[in-house]
Amino acid sequence: MKSIPVSTTINGDPCEFLCAPDETLLDALRGRLGLTGAKEGCGTGDCGACSVTLNGRLVCSCLVLGAEAEGAEIATIEGMADGDELHPLQRHFIDHAALQCGICTPGILVAAKALLEKDPNPTDEDVRYWLAGNLCRCTGYDKIIRAVQAAAAEMRGA
Amino acid sequence: MSLDEYTRREFKQVGTRVRRPDGVDKVTGRALYGADATAPGMLVGRILRSPHPHARIVAIDTSAAGALKGVKAVITGADLPVQEDNFIRDVQDNCMARDKALYDGHAVAAVAAVDAATAKAALKLIKVTYEILPHVTDVDIAVKPGAPVVLAGRTLENVPAGMSENVTSHCEFGHGDPEAGFARADHIVERSFRTAATHQGYIEPHAALASVTSDGKAELWCCTQGQFFVRTLCAAIMEMEASQLRVTASEIGGGFGGKTTVFIEPVALALSRKAGRPVKIVMTRDEVFRATGPTVHTSMDIRIGMTKDGTITAADAHLRYSGGAFPCGTVDMGAQAAFAAYDLEHVRTYGWNVLTNRPKEAAYRAPGAPQAIYAVESVIDELCQHFGLDPIEVRLKNAARKGTKSSYGPTFSDIGLVATLEAAKQHPHYCAPLAPGQGRGISCGFWFNFGGNTCVSLNVNTDGTVGITEGNPDIGGSRASISLMAAEELGIPYDRVRTIVADTSALGYNDVTDGSRVTFAVGLATIKAARDAVKKMCARAAKIWGIDEEAVEWKDGAAVPAGPNAGKFPPMALAEIAAVSFETGGPIAGHHEVNVDGAGVSFGVHIVDVEVDRETGATKVLRYTVFQDAGKAVHPSYVEGQMQGGAVQGIGWALNEEYIYGADGRLQNPGFLDYRVPVASDLPAIDTVILEIPNPGHPYGVRGVGETGIVPPLAALSNAVSRSAGIRLAELPMSPPRVLAALDG
Repeated sequence: MKSIPVSTTINGDPCEFLCAPDETLLDALRGRLGLTGAKEGCGTGDCGACSVTLNGRLVCSCLVLGAEAEGAEIATIEGMADGDELHPLQRHFIDHAALQCGICTPGILVAAKALLEKDPNPTDEDVRYWLAGNLCRCTGYDKIIRAVQAAAAEMRGA
Repeated sequence: MSLDEYTRREFKQVGTRVRRPDGVDKVTGRALYGADATAPGMLVGRILRSPHPHARIVAIDTSAAGALKGVKAVITGADLPVQEDNFIRDVQDNCMARDKALYDGHAVAAVAAVDAATAKAALKLIKVTYEILPHVTDVDIAVKPGAPVVLAGRTLENVPAGMSENVTSHCEFGHGDPEAGFARADHIVERSFRTAATHQGYIEPHAALASVTSDGKAELWCCTQGQFFVRTLCAAIMEMEASQLRVTASEIGGGFGGKTTVFIEPVALALSRKAGRPVKIVMTRDEVFRATGPTVHTSMDIRIGMTKDGTITAADAHLRYSGGAFPCGTVDMGAQAAFAAYDLEHVRTYGWNVLTNRPKEAAYRAPGAPQAIYAVESVIDELCQHFGLDPIEVRLKNAARKGTKSSYGPTFSDIGLVATLEAAKQHPHYCAPLAPGQGRGISCGFWFNFGGNTCVSLNVNTDGTVGITEGNPDIGGSRASISLMAAEELGIPYDRVRTIVADTSALGYNDVTDGSRVTFAVGLATIKAARDAVKKMCARAAKIWGIDEEAVEWKDGAAVPAGPNAGKFPPMALAEIAAVSFETGGPIAGHHEVNVDGAGVSFGVHIVDVEVDRETGATKVLRYTVFQDAGKAVHPSYVEGQMQGGAVQGIGWALNEEYIYGADGRLQNPGFLDYRVPVASDLPAIDTVILEIPNPGHPYGVRGVGETGIVPPLAALSNAVSRSAGIRLAELPMSPPRVLAALDG
């Protein structure tokens, strides 16, 4: 199979790569571009550890082909902080001990950011349902929900 | 047991909620986990797995696979040595079958190729000739004489005659005369229970990168709970000296006991040795479910007698656990834990380990305890309901205390069960009103906790900072806790201490991160390494001041003269002593090496409110509170995290999670869609109450907290379902179809 050239934008920077026709966006990010922040927990879209946004839409990058990134805007965990400045979600995840092993954390942060862009003032139930596609096996989700709400409150200026 | 370690003190830093040192790496995607490692010239390794639950491997033809362009190595069980030792042989045979495939998913061959597509194509070219054998995947069938025998010749002498050869070991614990005790009971409940096998469910699949060079040296990077044990196992399988194999633990994406052994690591090493290039293997989720450790599935009979005032007069338990296709000792832990929460005059537990054609069990958070305690706590609840007694009062009446001779032998020292039950009784949750159709359940939980082999180096840097080298992978924030304890002992700020997890060449042997041992044992070794460094720093100050070493003591992070007779010198802070260390005798470091005893047992109590949907059979968890004794909570947020995470794994076990085997012996649900772990929308907040009853075996009173939290949810949920819907299920999980069947029955 002949490789496909892809021109895309990742975390605001122009980016070109070659990928196989059947190669997932996750494999392209991790294997070809060295962006290993997105994780493969299942490869079937069940765990959310590979979450990124594609043109602003939250997706499991294991269910997207690398070739689909052509002309798109991709955002990954590596682009969430502004240089040295952590995003409020990142800061509150550390302060609220919302991670233990941390393998699900990049995906959950990307997903939570997408939620707060859509709804800056979600209820706990809204957060729980939005994050239902992101599995965490360590925390029982309690501190994750609290961290998201603390970040949301800060971002609203509350 | 070391009972003299603890001294009461006021903590300045221990008990605060500091930021973990690996936090920024983990929220920015920089932390490197098992699958994130690469090496120059790296090949991709893939494994061929048996589709049959039980089959003799007649022949394996790898010639076509080996001839495929881009394939650099192919191995089968024949490429690994014949092992004399049963334990090592089982580990090796589980990584790569030799004569028989023993379960659906058992590895039979592996390839290393230039890329994943080539490796996958090569697997399809391997021809395995199987002779299919009868299989057995259910513990109750496997114990019967005449059942298909999974492994012959592995039955220990203590197994009574007349049972299937699948029964490999037997154990018995207890004291008193149960029959005499039952004769005094006003009511006896005898029930049988079954629990499904559940998987640890870590989100990170196993990953290993091996690089073996032609001079016999090897590097192995992998996600593991214990790099030193990985080295022990792989060195034996690869017939290497320990010093030639350096194992580095990556950041680990969850383990819960499941990453305490090896699966792909020896395979990656063997492929790398054969190919002469680095080889990386990353499991798929399907492989994780089919071929790594779930916990045991069980069948249990429990009998408890009680008088009408709630006193337990006698109890016994018969436990049959199956840890899959190889012998395991998990039933021993279940048999010991079953009645640990109670002070009983007459108690007996019996356990049998049974082989089935399922993957080899791996440890899972308090291995063996949740199942037995689920059954016991269910029967206690049934007795409480029978007599109309309050379930916490009954547990308080019979609770184990200091001085209780436990059902498994040892006499308890300071334990926190009564305090934990009292806290639960007084908590607003326990007396909150319930709506019609809602039910409240409680359960006790117990875990032994563990200490074990531990060594720590503490280096005092010349700028007054401190580096700690320890050997236990950090799964839930332990580097923060260890830095906190060092900072406390040295009297310097937490942010001046950095703790790293060393590879196997940098430190002596450390037992695996398991048994809730790390904060306890590594913490103890860290405190003692700090004391060793303090002693040396006092000696340096004494040398500078020209006084006796004994005349110097350590106070608030500085050396000071001990009393007025020692002389008048201003305090010399750690940073000042460190700055001149090259002139006073060289670098300063503290060490401690120990096989730690005195871990201090752990108890917890959970309260849960549920509502059962009579139409769908689904159980909704409405409110949940965890009470647990931490001894001393070094970092309370991460203690709460252990309590919450354990509770939710237990909720999953109680309500949804199970290994489902078809009549064909194949696992039917090897993925997160069909093996359903709890998701955020399934759950309420998990409230926590930390009790602190100091463990006499630790300088700061610390007890391990990691495991106990998974124990109570199973019975707490079952008891709540019973009180909500009027049905007593005797099998886990209480999945909607089972609940509906019980409601209809």
